[in-house]
Formats: sequence, C-alpha cells, structure tokens
Amino acid sequence: MPQQTDLSTRDQPPGPSTGRRGFLAKMAAVCCGGLAMLPPLAAGVWTLLDPLRRRGAAAAFLPVTELASVPADGMPRQFAVVTDRVDAWTGFAAEPIGAVYLRREQGSDTVQAFSATCPHAGCFVEIESEERCFRCPCHNSKFTLDGNMVAPSPSPRAMDELECRVEKNGGIVVKWQNFYTGIAEKVARP
Amino acid sequence: MSTPTSTPKSPADKPGMLGQLADFFDDRTGYRAFMHEALYERVPGGARWRYVWGSALVFAFMTQVITGLVLWASYSASAQTAWESVYYIQHEMTGGWLLRGIHHVMAQAMIVLLALHLMQVVIDGAYRAPREVNFWLGLVLMMLVLGMALTGYLLPWDQKGYWATRVATNLAGLVPVLGPSIQQLVVGGPDYGHHTLTRFFALHAGFLPATLVLMLVVHLSLFRKHGLCARQPMRKPDALFWPDQVLKDAVAMLAVMAVVLGVILLPALRAMLEGRPIVPGELGAELGAPADPSQPYAAARPEWYFLFLFQFLKVFEGWGASGEFFGAIVTPGLVMGVMFLMPILGRWQLGHRFNIAFTLALLAGVGLLTAMATNDDYAALWANRAAYADVEKLLAETDGDQAKIAAALGNDAGRIATFQSRAKKLDAIRHSQSFLNAVVLAKADAARAIELAGRPERIPPSGALELVRNDPLSQGPRLFAQHCASCHAHVDPAAPEASTLLAEASAANLHGFGTAAWVRGLLDPKQVSGPAYFGNTAHKEGDMVNFVQHDLIDTTNWEPEDIEAVIAAMAAEAGVPHGGGPLADADVIRKGRELIADGERCGSCHRFSPNETEPGDAPDLMGWGSREWIVGIVTDPTHERFYGTTNDRMPSFGKSAEGAAPMLSQRQIELIVDWLRGDWYRPAAHAH
Repeated sequence: MPQQTDLSTRDQPPGPSTGRRGFLAKMAAVCCGGLAMLPPLAAGVWTLLDPLRRRGAAAAFLPVTELASVPADGMPRQFAVVTDRVDAWTGFAAEPIGAVYLRREQGSDTVQAFSATCPHAGCFVEIESEERCFRCPCHNSKFTLDGNMVAPSPSPRAMDELECRVEKNGGIVVKWQNFYTGIAEKVARP
Repeated sequence: MSTPTSTPKSPADKPGMLGQLADFFDDRTGYRAFMHEALYERVPGGARWRYVWGSALVFAFMTQVITGLVLWASYSASAQTAWESVYYIQHEMTGGWLLRGIHHVMAQAMIVLLALHLMQVVIDGAYRAPREVNFWLGLVLMMLVLGMALTGYLLPWDQKGYWATRVATNLAGLVPVLGPSIQQLVVGGPDYGHHTLTRFFALHAGFLPATLVLMLVVHLSLFRKHGLCARQPMRKPDALFWPDQVLKDAVAMLAVMAVVLGVILLPALRAMLEGRPIVPGELGAELGAPADPSQPYAAARPEWYFLFLFQFLKVFEGWGASGEFFGAIVTPGLVMGVMFLMPILGRWQLGHRFNIAFTLALLAGVGLLTAMATNDDYAALWANRAAYADVEKLLAETDGDQAKIAAALGNDAGRIATFQSRAKKLDAIRHSQSFLNAVVLAKADAARAIELAGRPERIPPSGALELVRNDPLSQGPRLFAQHCASCHAHVDPAAPEASTLLAEASAANLHGFGTAAWVRGLLDPKQVSGPAYFGNTAHKEGDMVNFVQHDLIDTTNWEPEDIEAVIAAMAAEAGVPHGGGPLADADVIRKGRELIADGERCGSCHRFSPNETEPGDAPDLMGWGSREWIVGIVTDPTHERFYGTTNDRMPSFGKSAEGAAPMLSQRQIELIVDWLRGDWYRPAAHAH
C-alpha cells in the first residue's frame, strides 16, 4: 500500500526560501527573465536609434538660376533650390527642397545668397518689400536686406549666408546647407 | 441533493437563469465585490460638482481612444498618404468630419479640463500627504496629454502642422548636449519626411497613450486607496459614489460633449441661418494645404493652447541665443520643477498659499501671453491704420533713415520719441496685416488643394502635393508675382485699383491676354499707347501704335466689321478656354484671318502663314495667344519668331547658357501660361 502524505500542510504557505539555494534561485529567476526580455528591448532600441546614423545629403553647390534673374537693385529675390532628394524609401527627382534669397547691389556682379530658414526657430523668412527688410512671420525677427539682425531681435544671429558663385556661363550655384537654429554660432547640420 | 446543513430554498428564492449565470461568474471572479468596491466608495461630505473634473478627464480620454482608434483605421502615416488619407476621412467618408471634429475639439477640451482639475487639486490641497505620489502622477499624465496634443498636430501633414512642428522640434534641439540627437531621433532622420510621421504617429497612438493608460490605472487606484480628499467644511452627510457623485460626473460629461458638439456644429448653424449650403467637410477640424518645405507658410501658428509658449519666445527679444534657451527650455523646466515640489511646499500653510498663488499666477500669465499673441496677430482688425498715415509717409520719404527722420522732425527729442513709438505701433499693425493676409492665402490654398483632390481622376500615387505644384491656379499667380509682375500688370481694367496698378507697370497688362476683349483694347487708338498696352514700353511710338492710331481709323481701308473680324480671328487663334466668351461665327473668323494674312494689312509686318519662310518684322501671329505661342515668347522673346532684335527688356526666361539653370523651368513657364489663359481644373459644379 502506498504511503499516505499528509496534505493538510499544503494549506500553509511555504516560508520564504533562505540560504544559498534560495539566493541562487532568485538570481537565476531574475537573470532568466531579464535575458528573455532583453532581445526585444535591445532590438527595439537599436532600431529606434537608427535615425542617428542617417546623414543628410552632403552640402553641394547646386545651380539655382542665372545672374540676369537677380535684379541689380539690392532687393533680394527668392529662388527655389531644386535637387534630387531621398526620404527614407522614396526617391524624388528634381524636387524643390527649400529656398534661398539672392541679391546683388546696384551694378554689381557679386551675388549674396541667404538661406530662407530663420536662424531663430526655423520658420520661412519673408521679404517685406514695403519696409525693405526681411521679416520672419513667426516671432517677428527682422533682418536688413544684407542679412544682418535688426536689434532687438528674438533671433540669436544674422541670417545664414550661403556660399555662392557666379559661373563663367552666368549661372549661379549655391552651396545648400542647413544650420542649427536658436544658437549664436552658425553650425552646419551634418 | 442538498446537504443536511443547508436549508432548502423555497422555489421563489431560486435565482432565474440570469441570476444563475451571474452567480456562476461571481463564484469564479468575485466581480460583485469588485463592483461594490468600485461603486460604493464613500464621498465624505456628499457629492459635489467640484469633484467632477477627474471623471470628466477620464471621459475625454475615453472619447479620444474611441475616435482615435477609428481614425487610425483610416489613416495612413507617410508623406504621400497622410494628408491624402485625412482628406479622405474629412471630405469623403461618411461621418468622417464628425469623427475627426470630435477628436480635434475634445483634445482642446481636455487641455481646459486639465487646467481645471489641476486648479481644483491645488486649491483643495489634495496633493498633501499621503497623496504626493498621486499628484506627481497627475503631472506626468498632464505632460503625456500635452505630448499627444503636440504629436497629433503634425499627423494631417498639412502646412500648418508641418511648420509648427518644425519650430517645436528645432526647440528640442536646444537641450544642452543631447539636443541635436534628440531632435534627429524625434524627426526620424536629418530631414522631415516619412519617418517624422511614422514616429509622431507611434508616439501619438502608441507609446504615449499606452503609458497614459498605465499611469491612469495607478492614478485611479491610488485615488481609491487614499479616498477622496474632501473639501472642508463638509456641510452634508457622507454619500456614496454611486449614484450621487456618478450622476454629477455624468452630467459634467454630457456638458463637455455638448460643448464639443456645439463647437463643431456652430458653423453649420450659422450657414443655415445665412441661407448658405452646409458642407460637412468644412465642419470640425480644419485641413490645410499639403505640407511643402519649399512653400513659405506665414500663417504658421501652434494650436491655441500652445500660443503662450509661442509668444513667450518673443519676450526674449535681444537676449541672443540665451533668450530662446530660457524661453523654451529653462523657464518651462523651472515651472514644472516648482509644480513637482508643490506637495513638499504644501506641508506648510504658507507653502500651500504659495502653491495656490503660483498656479493662479501661472494661469494668468498663460492667459496674458495668449491674449498678447492674439493681439499681435489680429491687431490690424481693430487698429486704425489710417491714423498712422503721417508716420507711414515720413518713413517712406526718408527710407527709414534715422538721421533724415530726425531732421524732418526738427531734431526735437520729444517729437522723435513720439514718432518712434508710433512707428513701432505701425510696425505691429503691418505685421498683423501680413499675418491676416497669410491666413486668407492659406485658406484659399487649402480650399484649392481639397478641390484638386476631389477631381474625378483622384490623387496620383505621388500625392496631393504634386497636384498643387502642377496647378496653374495655385502656382501661376505666385510665379507671375515673382518673375513677371515687376514689369507686367495683371488686373481687370474695370477694377477700381486698375489705374494705379497700370501706371506702375512698365509693360502690357496681361489680364485676359488672348481674349477678344484684350485684342479690342490693343486695336483701340486711345488704348494702344496707354499703360495697358505699349504706353510704358519702348514700342510706345512704334509701328504698331502708329498703325492703330493712323491706318486703322481710316474707314476707307478698315470698316468697323473688318476690325471686329480681325479681333474674332485673333481670339480664335488664341483659343483661350475660359473667360474669353464664345468665339465668333466661322465666317467672321475666316474673314478676319484673310485680313490678317493680307500683305497690305497686318501681313506686311506679321507673318501669318506657314508658307512664308521669312520671319516678319513683328511677332508671328500664327497661333497668337495659344499656349504654345505664349510659352515660346516667355522662353525667348528675342527669337526671330517674336520680337527679335526689337525686344524691349523682356528676359529670355527659358533660355540659359549651357549647364546653367534657366530663370524659369519649362514647367514653371507652362504654369504661368496656363494661369494667364485661365486653363486650370474647375470642378463640374463651378463650371456651369
């Protein structure tokens, strides 16, 4: 006849496991559980951080227009910057990706180029032809036609001037770059 | 068979089918005790209206979950589909406008309820021990709600959301050290696009609400654990949560819902009263034009509950880089810091008073900044600009030169100071006016984008932005203003402002170019040398003007019917599809064509036959005013087919040296030309 076990002790909860065996069991439980959770978490974080290794298109000189289109009266004119662009999985051919202002002084062949992005918070700066100045429609930063700040300004720096060349054939090329906003120094984004 | 210990039940006590089922589940889950605990919570001092805010917030959140999940079922987060799918929800899906409207307006209601709930908790001192942790949880919940509001604003991928989000994410970049990385992670790369949307959507509909639900469960269970923090003095006997407080809560929820529906439906009521048709797609939440990084958007503003932060950035004028850092990072951080310290400060009576004063001052500050932002934007609606006419005049005369202004004011310091302060006010009005103009433009762009999206051909796979970029009605006026308007006018001669605009122009008025009316003006001896035609050009005393003013009035050669026939033939050459009126009879046109081709008449200068190999001295009239003809003259007016060497100042917009970009691309020229000819998509209902 098989030995009868007294089941009545089952009603009492077991005491806390102590000693080395208990400690090892706890450690093992935590480690196994933690290890099991680690791969999904790590894979998730790894993929979430992917944008950090993405770089924008390298700054390049892009043809914008030709000299004759820039009025030689000191008034800036807005031009779209058109180039091929990649947005994650989509490739765009010849897309307008932003805008620059080009200006030249009376009778001068030297062209100045400014990014249309406000160095304060990144809105699109506009020309106030009536007042002959640039003005940001968001926080009212004002800039003179040659890009300097009109003090007092919410903007920490003057408009971002872009490198610009007039080619032999009269074409104007501008080095298209984005800069960090809201800081006093003009630092190009990678 | 029953056991001897249990008393046999009478048949009347025996539970019915439903009761048995309930018993079955209660035995196995204990749900009755749970329900009892949930519903029969003691409310010390009786039910009160001031306790409804928490429940109203839970209700608002439930509304957002329900409407949000259904919106999710129709939303597609990518740069080519986000705007498009929201357009489809708003304008084409049954009830979509109501669903989106509720989601949009309830989000705003939630912010108001949050402020009320916070105020009630602080004033009642409900953050004191042992409820500190629950207060902190409440603050975290508040930030989660604000985070969902911020991320939700971008999801339609319209101009408004896009430009507001650019500012918000640029501000995130100001966080010391990690800022640029945070920004890049949030934006999903170096530039705004697909991954900005997918990330914002994952935050808006996944991470943030999931965290919120977890926190809310803890918040509510801690609330139950500590019990309701009763407002002293308690004037009424204690009551139970169910049904007394639940009734008040439910009434509050109903009131919130009524307000939300009211906000959505009010424009419909107004339309009904004014006898206008009700367009459901225009109710509820707005949808702007599709996001376009190359198109300025001067009407960019955050949602009203973030306007105070927007305005706050203007306060730090002249602070340099530290201004934005203080405005966007430090001050909001300090305010949140103080709020987290409230339960500690509240241990002392003075601290509690400080907390109340701080909260009220904060709300007053937010209110003040919001009012300032509104005033900055809308001042032109109520300010009297005419009162500043003298300031405007002096500024224009002196070109804003301080020395000249001082001289004009007699170098009187007092007058100069008054002038400066008035100039500042004028500046504010001007700025407000440009904002209001931008809003009008933004509304027109949005309406046009929606009209284009509703074309029978539907939206192309490349998205609605392509429709907008290739739409002559949207792009034509912009390109014309930028490239043509420095010389050419484009104004209806019958308009009141026409004479001023024509006087300023230095080339022909192109309004209605190609129509019979335009040609009739050209062949009118009084008009041909006027500002609408050759008056301000090098051709003012040219052969054409001479011909019209001398030969054409000679009725022996030119009967009035002949001139009308020439007009009819020219209009037929142009074939302007809209706005030109019906073409004349074929016989009249044939006669006109013969007159034009006649070597003794128009044909002596103009070529009008493909058989003539030599170009004329004046522009070809073959296909005059047609799309191809105008594209040609804009591309290169110095071509022998057009003005050749007699071209007066007009640039060759489409011609460029090898390798250089022309002033205008072929596509841009076509957009201008199609706009000039009134050749753009019109919805069927409008065409008639």
